[in-house]
Amino acid sequence: MRELQELARKLLTEGTVKVVIGWEEGPHNVRPAFVTSPEAVGRLIFDHRCVHNLATYLNPRRSQVKKLGKPAVVVKGCDAKAVAGLIRETQVAREDVVLIGVRCPGVVQRPERHVDLSATTVSPRCAECDNREPHLADHLVGEAAPAPPTVAAPPERLARLASASASERWAFWQEEFARCVRCHACREVCPLCFCERCVADKTQPQWVESSPHGRGNLAWHVTRAIHQAGRCVGCGECQRACPAGIPLGLLNKKVAEIMAQRFGYRAVDDPSVPAPIGAFNLNDSQEFIL
Amino acid sequence: MATPAESLAPYEPRITAFVCNWCTYTGADLAGTSRLQMAPNVRIIRLPCTGRIDPLFILKAFERGADGVIVSGCHPADCHYTAGNYHARRRFAVFKELAEFLGIEADRLTFSWVSASEGGKWRDVVNGATERVRRLGPFTAYRELAGRAS
Repeated sequence: MRELQELARKLLTEGTVKVVIGWEEGPHNVRPAFVTSPEAVGRLIFDHRCVHNLATYLNPRRSQVKKLGKPAVVVKGCDAKAVAGLIRETQVAREDVVLIGVRCPGVVQRPERHVDLSATTVSPRCAECDNREPHLADHLVGEAAPAPPTVAAPPERLARLASASASERWAFWQEEFARCVRCHACREVCPLCFCERCVADKTQPQWVESSPHGRGNLAWHVTRAIHQAGRCVGCGECQRACPAGIPLGLLNKKVAEIMAQRFGYRAVDDPSVPAPIGAFNLNDSQEFIL
Repeated sequence: MATPAESLAPYEPRITAFVCNWCTYTGADLAGTSRLQMAPNVRIIRLPCTGRIDPLFILKAFERGADGVIVSGCHPADCHYTAGNYHARRRFAVFKELAEFLGIEADRLTFSWVSASEGGKWRDVVNGATERVRRLGPFTAYRELAGRAS
């Protein structure tokens, strides 16, 4: 933590960056912090409760963050993948941001104040993490942490759903989507939902009905999942932000599985790897086309 | 609410076809001018290219009462815009698998390549899709989503 604070102090004092975006202890939970003066670097922390993906503050939709000046962002491995996504799709220039990578011990599902990292609290995605030490970073801080505890009972919902009948799958998802209140928190929190104007907000014509009922909810969740194909890094922020507890991670995971099987793509923190949608291969499989 | 006459009539599937202007639409036109007999259940919507077809179009068709959807365009290497169909191929590969994951029966979606000279193939695609959707019956699950008629 000391290392992180000293680095932030150095960057701010030298004027390399105007703001360091990291995490701090809030009144109730750990929360994102915007440190703009060297005197305030003591606020910065990093531990297993720092779940937020701060790459979302680099999203060009957030003009208020841009006004603060050149940022340094503290990134875990999964966050670094999101930054790579933004650079890959020319939403952020690499030289416009300083990345402080942290070696990640794994994070909990919810950033409550007193919570230890254990098999019951760890975020399920951390068990499958392949990037605990971000490669896309200007500085790397923290000590190598032991591997996160493995989840006691790994969720097998994906496999269970895959073997269910179409009507069972339909019933499952309709029950989940029925709780959606269309607050679009999943979109707002996502670092890679970067359209200036979202198709769900368009009214002439209205492609996605805006009121929270079955038809619009289905259209929204399909649209979100499709638009995240090849973008989603599996940071799980959409599911954490969802007030209705819809398993968006499950949907993202399915899409990630399709991207891996069909196009050999998996989210990495290397911006030079091309995005799979928007690119094509002459030999892409087309067994589903008559 | 179905009128008594409607409820007595045998079920006829309603299918929306999104086709590209350069190949499949011309192929369908050829099927017509060649007087090929085919199922009358398909309504065609012509677009410049399969690359122009957003997966949202398909959902919209279902929202408005379609029981099945056909998406058809130029064969690979035949695209009028060079690569539109290659992009579409990737997009619909993802959409189709996602739709199945969400519980939309695979047979409600038909994807095909039909060139301008393949009137016979278009007839087969139309007849095949109509038969598959007829077996599944009306897509009432989707229509009941809104809770009210549109």
